[in-house]
Amino acid sequence: MAIDRAEVERIAELARLEIAPERMGRMATELSAVLEFVAALGRLDLARLAPSTFAPAGTPLRADELDDRRIPAAEALSAATEHDDGFFLVPPIVENVNP
Amino acid sequence: MAYEAVIGLECHIQLATRTKMFCGCPAEFGAAPNSNVCPTCLGLPGALPRTNRAAVDAALRLGLAVGCELRPVSEFARKNYFYPDMPKNYQITQYDRPLCEGGALPVALEGGARRFGLIRIHVEEDTGKSFHPERHGDRPVSRVDFNRAGVPLLELVSRPDFRAPAECAAFLTALRRLVRWLGISDADMEKGHLRCDANVSLRPLGQEAFGTKTEIKNLNSIKGVEKGLHAEIARQRALLESGGRIEQSTLLYDADHDRLAVMRSKEYAHDYRYFPDPDLPLLVVEETWIEDARGALPELPWAREARFATQYGLPGYDAAVLTETRELADYYEDLARGLDGKLASNWVMTEVLRAVKEESLTLAAWSAKVPAGRLRGLLAKVAARELPGPLAKQVFAWMRDEDGTVDELLERHGVRAQGSVAELEPLVVAVIEAHPGPVAQYLAGKTATLGFLVGQVMKRSGGQAVPQVVRELLEAELARRSGS
Ligand SMILES: [Zn+2]
Repeated sequence: MAIDRAEVERIAELARLEIAPERMGRMATELSAVLEFVAALGRLDLARLAPSTFAPAGTPLRADELDDRRIPAAEALSAATEHDDGFFLVPPIVENVNP
Repeated sequence: MAYEAVIGLECHIQLATRTKMFCGCPAEFGAAPNSNVCPTCLGLPGALPRTNRAAVDAALRLGLAVGCELRPVSEFARKNYFYPDMPKNYQITQYDRPLCEGGALPVALEGGARRFGLIRIHVEEDTGKSFHPERHGDRPVSRVDFNRAGVPLLELVSRPDFRAPAECAAFLTALRRLVRWLGISDADMEKGHLRCDANVSLRPLGQEAFGTKTEIKNLNSIKGVEKGLHAEIARQRALLESGGRIEQSTLLYDADHDRLAVMRSKEYAHDYRYFPDPDLPLLVVEETWIEDARGALPELPWAREARFATQYGLPGYDAAVLTETRELADYYEDLARGLDGKLASNWVMTEVLRAVKEESLTLAAWSAKVPAGRLRGLLAKVAARELPGPLAKQVFAWMRDEDGTVDELLERHGVRAQGSVAELEPLVVAVIEAHPGPVAQYLAGKTATLGFLVGQVMKRSGGQAVPQVVRELLEAELARRSGS
């Protein structure tokens, strides 16, 4: 499966990555190679094996009890691109357009 | 052309657990923004989720209550998306192997009860809360609080079986009663404990195929659900009637302005690329767990409502009001022991509920103040005609503020209950005979004169009578005389 420039542009948009136009071609080639590498798995004969997407079942569930892994708000916000008054700031989520 | 609306609901029920779905942060509402967060619910690298057993248990109880098929082995999936309200950029939910499937919720409608079918109920985590649109300097921004990110939710998806907004409102009312009844959610829509999205399409009446649907989000009150749906149905109808086409889209309902707004670019919105979450084991629910949950289920609200109507001979309206909450139903049943069911119902529906409302009490606080057994003592006297209605209401008022049994209250307030009507009646007759002038004035329509007559009876009773009782007896006696 090959990835073309348009697909790279879309993935970049979704992942909020800026990719310079001159690097688009190279990125498409590299991503295609990654997919090809993974696609090799698809050629294995796994017909006799049950899928095992998960960690083993039977892992105990957590009791509904508070723990002490909380981190202070200031620390939580410190990694954010922007924050204000205790909130993370992000690009506006809703456009007010009349349908 | 006549159109028919086809509506399906997707409800999110925030569970009343102490901690979040996959971490031990408090799930409480109202903390300072971004203060109930940890590496897991912030999606920091290397932090692993662990499933909260109480949340799964709540899902089992709801699933059992509405007759779902329970899947012994279900799985968690990642729903990938690019709204900034989830720090991981995915939400852990259930996808093609949900915990509960099928089932139906009985809903009271005008003209009888109807069962609305369900497609599924699954467990998932809530997203963070975003506030939008706001401004920061000269730029529009959204603000995000991750306290809610990871709080346990149940998602319940109905079949598209609703044809009118009123049916949806009744369904939500029934769902709210049920989840409160089961003790799994506070279901306060204003606080977002119960949220609802709706899918709506129109089709020409009689046509089988569905029309293009839109999704309305943010329907955060039962009234809002009805109004939002009415607005969207009207919009679609106008568009279709003018020859237009419905675009598949997601709309946000603004209840304050009764207005719908389109959410941002839909192109990618439904491409969630679900896949099994490799960080979580399969969710295995053993048969013993299911049986324990089934055994712990209370009598369900609709069953109790039906039983109240038959066992206590109550009208449907009374049975519905009394089963609005489990606490109220318990209080009523305790009160009604050995009494006429309708008498007990009248007192709960008028006096008790009014008092609870006036004093802004929870029913638990009310029960601590006036336990059902204490009120039963009063109603037993009413039933035995030992207390006239107005005096009973006076005793009830004293009960609200003071300790003591009915007899103690009567004694404390200097009112002799036994035979008080029998003792007062001769006084009433005597006063009427002794004051023909005022009586004639009263009978001629000058009703203010009644106060004078009440005063006279009070005087003759040595101040022992309750004015309201005297007034009632006088009115009855005077009415009889004017009639004859
Ligand atoms: Zn956490």
